[in-house]
Amino acid sequence: MKTKTQVWIEICRLEDIPPQGARVIRATLGCVALFRTATDKVFALEDRCPHKGGPLSQGIVHETGVTCPMHNWVIDLETGRAKAPDEGRVRTFPVEVRDGTVLIDRALLA
Amino acid sequence: MTKKLVVIGNGMAPGRVLDHLFDKAPDAYQVTIFNAEPRVNYDRIMLSPVLSGEKAYEDIIIHDDAWYESHGVTLHKGKKVMEIDRADRKVIAADGTVAEYDKLLIATGSSPFVIPVPGKDLAGVVTYRDLDDVDAMLDAAKSGGHAVVIGGGLLGLEAAYGLKRQGMDVTVLHLMPTLMERQLDPSAGYLLEKALIDRDIKIITRANTKEITGRDGKVAGVVLEDGTELPANIVVMAVGIRPSAQLADDAGLEVGRGILVDDHLVTSDPDILAVGECVEHRGQCYGLVAPLYDMAKVIAANLAGDAEPEYTGSVTATKLKVTGIDLYSAGDFAEAEDREEIVLRDAAGGVYKRLVLKDNKIIGAVLYGDTADGAWFFDMLKKGTDISDLRETLIFGQAYAGGAPLDPTAAVAALPDDAEICGCNGVCKGAIVQAITEKGLTGIDGVRAHTKASGSCGTCTGLVEQLLKVTLGDAFQPDAVQPMCGCTDLGHDDVRRLIVAQELKSIPAVMQELNWKTSCGCAKCRPALNYYLLATWPGEYVDDKQSRFINERVHANIQKDGTYSVVPRMWGGITTPDELRAIADVADKFQIPTVKVTGGQRIDLLGVKKEDLPAVWADLNAAGMVSGHAYGKSLRTVKTCVGTDWCRFGTQDSTGLGIKLEKFMWGSWTPHKVKLGVSGCPRNCAEATCKDIGVVCVDSGYEIHFAGAAGMHVKGTELLCTVATETEVLEYIGALTQLYREQGRYLERIYKWADRVGLDVAREQVVENAARRKELNARFVYSQQFMQNDPWAERAQGKDAEEFTSFRLGHLGKVA
Repeated sequence: MKTKTQVWIEICRLEDIPPQGARVIRATLGCVALFRTATDKVFALEDRCPHKGGPLSQGIVHETGVTCPMHNWVIDLETGRAKAPDEGRVRTFPVEVRDGTVLIDRALLA
Repeated sequence: MTKKLVVIGNGMAPGRVLDHLFDKAPDAYQVTIFNAEPRVNYDRIMLSPVLSGEKAYEDIIIHDDAWYESHGVTLHKGKKVMEIDRADRKVIAADGTVAEYDKLLIATGSSPFVIPVPGKDLAGVVTYRDLDDVDAMLDAAKSGGHAVVIGGGLLGLEAAYGLKRQGMDVTVLHLMPTLMERQLDPSAGYLLEKALIDRDIKIITRANTKEITGRDGKVAGVVLEDGTELPANIVVMAVGIRPSAQLADDAGLEVGRGILVDDHLVTSDPDILAVGECVEHRGQCYGLVAPLYDMAKVIAANLAGDAEPEYTGSVTATKLKVTGIDLYSAGDFAEAEDREEIVLRDAAGGVYKRLVLKDNKIIGAVLYGDTADGAWFFDMLKKGTDISDLRETLIFGQAYAGGAPLDPTAAVAALPDDAEICGCNGVCKGAIVQAITEKGLTGIDGVRAHTKASGSCGTCTGLVEQLLKVTLGDAFQPDAVQPMCGCTDLGHDDVRRLIVAQELKSIPAVMQELNWKTSCGCAKCRPALNYYLLATWPGEYVDDKQSRFINERVHANIQKDGTYSVVPRMWGGITTPDELRAIADVADKFQIPTVKVTGGQRIDLLGVKKEDLPAVWADLNAAGMVSGHAYGKSLRTVKTCVGTDWCRFGTQDSTGLGIKLEKFMWGSWTPHKVKLGVSGCPRNCAEATCKDIGVVCVDSGYEIHFAGAAGMHVKGTELLCTVATETEVLEYIGALTQLYREQGRYLERIYKWADRVGLDVAREQVVENAARRKELNARFVYSQQFMQNDPWAERAQGKDAEEFTSFRLGHLGKVA
């Protein structure tokens, strides 16, 4: 359902993101990583590990987590939280896949 | 007064609406139906059994002519509605037939996608949607020949199976790496692919159709992007469906992807309702039958004047209608932190079951091989049943529900002596217990050695361990095998052994056959499996780039700020003014901030932006340089001194030998990085005695050293042997490297491997046993023919282009 605050903009087609891979959106506030899982779920997270700022988009995607390429922190794609015992959280953004098109809320990126 | 209800479309959804409506209010409406197809209402989801010859059209009719007559329904067969005139409340068909309505029900369903490739309009290219398509396929099948099905989803696979049953030679092309990826995870997809291949259906995944070729206006073949050509007498496109909403759109109704309806299935016009696949409800469009039936109930109540029932969306379940393949998928089966999964894999039985739980409720289920409990799980999923009390036995299905969890040891203890434990070697329980007691065995290796049990495929290892436990009691000390990771109980060595023994050739195959506990592995096991498969099946295994660490995925080293560093190969440490100029030019052109000489006599360009990588590589390639693999678990550098060329002490051409070694070994993937050194005399200026493999040239020939390190641990090398010629150096080092490639655990350096297996193993196999050495070296050489492709050149030419580009917001497309 559309709500008043959300303006969905098209980013790409689902197939533009490799399965178990990621693509990067360069936005005004910084980079956002778009992840696609093996089961075609798509998640959008700020592309910075809460540990030392590693680019999460470059990590290995497994199930609905990503392992940061810098120091192997595992970040949950759904919540943005680091897997225990590590602590920290990365911003997540609403994302939708409609008819194979990946949409993200522009208000949060502009 | 009887009101007039007009229905556009005569598929399963309106059929069900009318069934309900006539039950509730038989006389409320005078009904007129327009059907573009020239026939009565039939069960579209049973088209596959018609295609495969397991059913006839007559068997799948839902409402026959008599039904329409008895309910006073006017059915316009073969009349397509072209216009809805909302002002005058009437619909107009193509042949001019007009019908007035008080209430209008749109049920135009959906139409199949046709991928816009050249040749899509040739005769013999069909979609898979209605009985006409099935007739076209049956017709084509009469003369046999080749069928190509584009799309490895539910419909495509059913079409493929049907055409196979009709005697055609069938190939399925699927764009994605696994079949039915929307419903299945990779493990279940792997089992499905195996089952279809067993039915002699060819499957090509990652298949991108480029063109359909024709002869005399009729289809002749299919060409893929990679150049593969397939002959085809018929091409079936089954790549998806799109709601048919054009008619509604033309009439000015609100349309998104489908016709927008509220929870009463009313469109933006209160007198017009819509049902089925043409509808978009709460952002969802459905292509399965269950939601249509849910909608039908609500809409019938609404038409009968009961406004209470509301449609709130459906959870869907899928079953593949291919005889002998049991597959069931329902709900949401992605994982997240607040979700848990229960996975049951029975490799021998070809069974895979996975339940996804959230807050002690089932939210998703994938069943393969044994789907008997699908309905039971689906029922709990829909009802949101709390499964806390069933949890222990839930995955075993309804038959076990509520029973006490079985103690596996007790079950083994209760087995009779003649119960077969190891199917591969035909070893029964009695023989194993006897061997344990008589030979005083204490561990699995002993049992393997004396009885062969669990020595072949290894799936009975757990059972044998339980027998050891039952027989020895507390005296049994399970082998302290360190599992690869939390996804499996198997250690690296067992996994490698089983990859070979069971001829496992993909990551999903390993995970299924070796009973992986997670559905897709983790960042620890996936890179290891990818390496093991690559090393075991050279030329056959397709590398999984998503299972590689970023450095190997993009062929450059990630640095702390997210930029990359690039090291071109500089054979044996020798360069030329032209190469240096090219490196300098690249550094200028791409504003590379740091140019550094590495410890391995190469030049490192640090601080390259990721998006610049392909262009940097293209320039370096143009100057004749290729990747130095400085990022890889692979051969990195061969460090040399100047040897007899310049040095007054040099005894041999160490630079020349270093170049030969590097040209022989570059590109090979190994368990961990491998660095070599070649020194021209015992003064050892190339520091060859702290390398993974080192050569020290002496007057009489060449000392070959190995198992040194100068990283976290500093360790001098061990002498392997001394040989007389350069040719021997290459053969011995090729064999040694291959032995390490075959035995080393992922991320285990040569010195650690040698320490674990013993230095004598290497000496025995590489030095003393000449036949074994030649075999090992031959395997290394064989593997190298597939490995020596410059990964930079491939990417400079556009491979993995999406890896190096990002989306820029601002240049982005339209508001959705």
